[in-house]
Amino acid sequence: MSALLEVEHLEKRFGGVTAVDDCSFAVELGTVTGLIGPNGSGKTTVFNVVTGYLPADGGGFRLDGRSVRRPDPSRLARSGLIRTFQHARVFPNLTALENLVVAAPQGWRAAGRARSPADLRARALELLEEFTLDGHAGTPAAELSFGQRKLLEFASILMSRPRLVLLDEPMAGVNPRLVEGIEQHIRRLHAEGLTFLVVEHDMPLVMRLCDPVIVLDRGRKIAEGDPEQIQNDPRVLDAYLGD
Amino acid sequence: MPFVFGAAWQMNLFFFTVMYAALASAWNIVGGYSGYISLGHAAFFGVGAYAVAITFNHVGIGGGYRPFYVLPLVGIGVGAASVPIAWVAYRTRAATFAIVTVTLLFVVQQLAFNLRSLTSGSQGLSLPVPSFPVSTYEHPFYYAMLGVLALSALASWYVRGSRLGLMLFAIRDDEDRARGLGVQTTFAKVSSFALSVGLVAMAGGIWAYYISFIYPQFAIDPLVTIGMVLMVYLGGKGTIWGPILGAFILVPAQQYLAYRLGASQLYLVGYSAIFLVVMLFLPRGILPSISDRLRHLKARRRPERTEGAVSDEPVERVAVS
Repeated sequence: MSALLEVEHLEKRFGGVTAVDDCSFAVELGTVTGLIGPNGSGKTTVFNVVTGYLPADGGGFRLDGRSVRRPDPSRLARSGLIRTFQHARVFPNLTALENLVVAAPQGWRAAGRARSPADLRARALELLEEFTLDGHAGTPAAELSFGQRKLLEFASILMSRPRLVLLDEPMAGVNPRLVEGIEQHIRRLHAEGLTFLVVEHDMPLVMRLCDPVIVLDRGRKIAEGDPEQIQNDPRVLDAYLGD
Repeated sequence: MPFVFGAAWQMNLFFFTVMYAALASAWNIVGGYSGYISLGHAAFFGVGAYAVAITFNHVGIGGGYRPFYVLPLVGIGVGAASVPIAWVAYRTRAATFAIVTVTLLFVVQQLAFNLRSLTSGSQGLSLPVPSFPVSTYEHPFYYAMLGVLALSALASWYVRGSRLGLMLFAIRDDEDRARGLGVQTTFAKVSSFALSVGLVAMAGGIWAYYISFIYPQFAIDPLVTIGMVLMVYLGGKGTIWGPILGAFILVPAQQYLAYRLGASQLYLVGYSAIFLVVMLFLPRGILPSISDRLRHLKARRRPERTEGAVSDEPVERVAVS
């Protein structure tokens, strides 16, 4: 296995607070890697740096072995690294279909093309069907339920056929039935060869879905291993339960 | 209205109505589609006006219809020149963007005051009055402006139906997420800005030739910007016909109020009262509010929609970082 994403000595400070402190880890190709840690341990900050939303204060990361020097969300997305946000972010005034069409990786030369050309439309309809949203193609995303928006967001990141998907708390605020649904989607896509990095607080889910699991505490990696190792690691228990 | 002709004062009113319709329609491509409130568009209106006036005075293109022929060049030139400016301004968002662009307006106005060798400063620049027949003197200007309006509406329509429009709407809804999905947001914003101000500059060029004497404080006037913004909000942001409708209501209303209440500044109060009433009853602008009503009516007539396969109660959870 080779590392798809390597984070090296990453550092990020907000004023006097060091959110990410000399953090290094790797996401191997073809894994569902879990990233866990207590609140404020820097998981989302790592996400934001790796996806180009925040500049790093030190260190950096490699994608496919190539060092990413000036990370930019748009460029990273087009090179196959794509993320979701907490709380189901969709484009509320676009229809479900357009939410997907706009997510297709098209260069600026496509700006003059039709708003939803036939090929992208077909792909989008396919995805809507996969995610049981096919009855809502023409519905503005704002009128979808929370669960449907969650699925729509998930579907939209697949328009670009990414290689690495970063999921930021995919199950936050989601009912148990939908948790199961999203889990199925992740497993299916993983079987199709997609690599995931998942931040999630639902521990039972992380333990049955992710391998390996990386544990952050105060911006550092304190443990890494398969779910069993992590559950029995005293450092992890310490981090979660206090000293 | 467009092809109705009347007395000179009517033609004058038609001219300004069509001019503001063109301006509002062009502004809408930026402010309505991408949601970036530019208050600097009047700067480009002024640049267009000065571009035509300066070509008159320094290049000598001659009178008659010839100034109209340089308009496409003015539009393309101003659009191209706005690219680096837009690129810098678009490093900011929301209120900051509005402030940066309004600053641009005053910078350009100061330039018009101080680059005396080009603009004659506060003395203003005059353009020769063309020898059009007196009875139809306003018609060529009016037709030219109607052409720019048609171009603006066409551009609005085309952009709305293209991927560029989809990119802009995505930016309006959630720019960070659009970036995260690989949408080239900077390209979309800058190119739409260039298109928009190019059209505005062409309208400015015709305006300068029409009134034949331009000063910095009138050619680059914050009220021109305010006019465009108000009309777009009145008619409906992001729609094709909304800005045009807004102009066709507000310009005659403003002229009428100025005529009735002209001696005082009361007409400005009347002007803003119209706007307040609209904001109160049709907060999204006239056209979107009407289409909302229509949709509600239609929905009421249809049987209840069945719920989707996914149930949807958001479950609150503790420990969401």
